[in-house]
Amino acid sequence: MNYYLTILIYMGINSILALSLNIIVGYAGQISLGHAAFYGVGAYTSALIATKLGVSFWVALPAAIVMTAFIGAILGLPSLRVSEDFLAITTIGINFVVQATFKYVKFFGGALGVSGIPFPSIGHHNLSLAEFALMTTIFTVLAAIITYWVSVSWIGLGLKAVREDELAASSSGVNVYKFKVLAFIIGSALAGLAGSLYAHFMMFITADDFSFPLSITILSMIVIGGIGTVRGAFLGAILLTILPELFRPLANYRMLVYAILLILFMRFLPEGLIGDESILWKKLTRKA
Amino acid sequence: MFLQQVINGFASGGIYTLVALGLTLVYGVLKILHIAHAGIYALGAYLALIAYRIYPNIYFAFAFAMVGTAIGGYLVQKYLYWPILDKPRIVPLIASIGLFLALEELYRLIWGPYVIPFPQKFHWKSYNLGHIRLPGSDLFVFALSLFFLFILYWIVNRTKVGLAMRAVSDDKEVAEASGIDSKWIIALSFIIGSALAGAAGLMVGVYYNSIYPTMGDVPAYKSLAIIVVGGMGSIEGTVIAGFGLGLLEALLIGYLPFAFPRDALAFIAMIIFLLIKPEGLFSR
Repeated sequence: MNYYLTILIYMGINSILALSLNIIVGYAGQISLGHAAFYGVGAYTSALIATKLGVSFWVALPAAIVMTAFIGAILGLPSLRVSEDFLAITTIGINFVVQATFKYVKFFGGALGVSGIPFPSIGHHNLSLAEFALMTTIFTVLAAIITYWVSVSWIGLGLKAVREDELAASSSGVNVYKFKVLAFIIGSALAGLAGSLYAHFMMFITADDFSFPLSITILSMIVIGGIGTVRGAFLGAILLTILPELFRPLANYRMLVYAILLILFMRFLPEGLIGDESILWKKLTRKA
Repeated sequence: MFLQQVINGFASGGIYTLVALGLTLVYGVLKILHIAHAGIYALGAYLALIAYRIYPNIYFAFAFAMVGTAIGGYLVQKYLYWPILDKPRIVPLIASIGLFLALEELYRLIWGPYVIPFPQKFHWKSYNLGHIRLPGSDLFVFALSLFFLFILYWIVNRTKVGLAMRAVSDDKEVAEASGIDSKWIIALSFIIGSALAGAAGLMVGVYYNSIYPTMGDVPAYKSLAIIVVGGMGSIEGTVIAGFGLGLLEALLIGYLPFAFPRDALAFIAMIIFLLIKPEGLFSR
């Protein structure tokens, strides 16, 4: 039972990550290959203020979200200066620099990471695993509602305008700068939420938990599911959480299978399993 | 001490430049970030290993590694990139990352996860210039990279094929309209770039006397930083940025008062540079 609850929690955290990256990459069209950095900022903020100041999870979580949103706004600034391929490489760089900072600066615990992070509790009652899973699920649903709202509101319209044609958007009076930074702020804030959940669930984090391959994994989730859609982000996150568990007997070949899947998807099904342009989704919606 | 760091910087700069040049060529003609290029580089090192088991001769190893990686590069562009060129730009980018991961995993499964020493021990002589010691291995790497750079320079600037490559990278449609077979030129850019990466892989295998599956990781990300600073597709920019990074690293590692990983340094330098000059050294 505990095994399934743990998987459920991972699924929730991964879904929040996929949803949050989707705002930056899917809606705003800004290629970000460093999402794990924001996830890490959230986890470290939450872990450090909980262990150093002794505050509870319920204070650490909002603090982590605010902090990550703030860092997201700053690290999103390069997206105003550079475009497309330059941004892709800059975000890889941000991921490496953030990871190295956590690993080599004493304040962040250095190579040993941060341990002794408190598990969430209410009053004197420590949450059980099931309660944590329920809480993660609630947060996941909230994140989905927020992303959905973003996509259908005026923000979503602005983001899509920026994605489709920056020049045309700005000449029709859309403030491109505002929307790009807004995408990074909302996306990072949600990644911070995921990071805080992860830190208090694991109770121990190191810099290597937030490395570049994780950024690629998160990106793969939304690409395999179908970029720019809430359902696609969910499906991708769930698949990429469960598949490694199913492949456990083949653990030695897991990364290879995973990499080959990524290539095959890009080569033959770049719109994802249930993206707006995918064959499967077109068939489903035609019948309905 | 200072000059020794400089020489060391030139040697690693030469290798960075060779790897990054392949990326520059590919970016020039296809406008794709070919991250899997670093996988081709590691392939060069492993092919040299095979060559040595067949016939232990360094020239044969070079030829074997370069021909092998050239074929590899050709196949990659033909079967992976060519069919997805008209897709959104994120598609080839992710495909390339996927290929890089797959290659590294293949090397690990075939040759094992451990470090393999290069089969032949080279006894490097050191040369003394006053009281500066010039390690033979550094000189070997530096001289060879200059040699390859010169050949590339000659191909790109002095031959008809090079003219066609420059034309395709400036404007593919106009180049095609003037009768250039852009498909063949793109293939050729991959072949040349991959052969250079193969040579660099072999040289690193010899220089550090170690070959391992993830040896492409560090060059992969560094060469990205280099081509960004160089101005995306500019050969001169890549050469300057490559040697510049090698020197910067060697000097900073030698004199920095606290420990900081080399790889992060490259990116910090790149991000600072980009914020000042977002279009790179030589933008096109």
